[in-house]
Amino acid sequence: MAEPRLKDVLFQPLFNNNPIALQILGICSALAITTTVENTVVMCLAVIFVLTFSNFFISLIRSQIPTNIRIIVQMTVITSLVIVVDQFLQAYAYESSRQLSVFVGLIITNCIILGRAEAFAMSNSPVASAVDGFGNALGYSIVLLFVGVARELFGSGTLAGITILQPVAEGGWYEPNGMMLLPPSAFILIGGFIWMLRVWKPSQVEETPFRIAPNSRTAEAY
Amino acid sequence: MFEEYLSLFIRAVFVENMALAFFLGMCTFLAISKKVQTSLGLGIAVIVVLTITVPVNNLILFNLLDEGALAWTGIPALESIDLRFLGLLCYIGVIAAIVQILEMTLDRYVPALYNALGIFLPLITVNCAILGASLFMVERQYDFGESVIFGFGAGVGWALAIVLLAGIREKLKYSDIPAPLQGLGITFIIVGLMSLGFMSFAGVQL
Repeated sequence: MAEPRLKDVLFQPLFNNNPIALQILGICSALAITTTVENTVVMCLAVIFVLTFSNFFISLIRSQIPTNIRIIVQMTVITSLVIVVDQFLQAYAYESSRQLSVFVGLIITNCIILGRAEAFAMSNSPVASAVDGFGNALGYSIVLLFVGVARELFGSGTLAGITILQPVAEGGWYEPNGMMLLPPSAFILIGGFIWMLRVWKPSQVEETPFRIAPNSRTAEAY
Repeated sequence: MFEEYLSLFIRAVFVENMALAFFLGMCTFLAISKKVQTSLGLGIAVIVVLTITVPVNNLILFNLLDEGALAWTGIPALESIDLRFLGLLCYIGVIAAIVQILEMTLDRYVPALYNALGIFLPLITVNCAILGASLFMVERQYDFGESVIFGFGAGVGWALAIVLLAGIREKLKYSDIPAPLQGLGITFIIVGLMSLGFMSFAGVQL
């Protein structure tokens, strides 16, 4: 197979092969922190950093890694990068670090990172892998930002802390939808996102395992 | 004492359900919940791994990594060392090792269960619910007894959630869903509704 074009590697994961909507990767650690745009952005930046560099470094040493223990080697690379992010956040953005709590550490087990390392970085050149990591992290960020913006805007009427819809409690007109701040809304929003994406790109629709015949009257059936 | 543990257990299973309240272990949760049978096997594997890893990580944290934890060695230079920044690396190492050991033990002594679990056993290493439980244990400073109960409870909660979802998805085959929403889309929305249901446990005081 020819070396994939960098432009495709970068842009395919945005909508055509989105990690969350199509590959079912990386849903785990992210959704609980999308209640405010600020946290979402911090999380996205952390994932972009970790995924780009983990793909790059794993691809650099890919021919030296023995196949049997490759998962442990990959986990070590990823964990080291996440420790860097964790320490950096604790030093320079303590407030965000406290709000994200365990979810920074959980980037390690974010399957998107191990998944891309296995699927792409182990068989491609370092530069292409870094681009792939960056592209997939962007695809992930798009979904996360969509959910984060929707949840903060409708949940508390603000965006990144700036009031957009004046809530009733502060003399405005907007009645905040408290459910948006609760965990279930994130699932429903992502379900909606996938729905919209698949209306736009019908090729992503999953095949039904089997069809059920339309209702027919007994009289017609015989 | 007993009541305290019981309340911790109930909280871990229902109120702070790993899958439905914290979104942990979502990838496997959504990908491997098409059949009740397989999801039950996976659920049991998760319970076993969680019950072992959380207490082991607890021992590692308080005997090796925590600030001043190395005092038992008696070497003065080690007494003030704080190794907590190595925590993540240790926890994931322990989890990977225990999953591997469990796999070999089951293969040797309980081949029936080993065959039933199949590919899911190695996959558990990267299940965020496992690492997540260890990290919650660190954050909430559980002692050894509490971490055993918490690990077990978190596992039971996760298993319960995936079996329930698989049951719903099996029935879902008979419903008429708009084409773009089929599969992943509707599953997300169902999980959202289930999560909403589990939230009604939130007010439970024990």
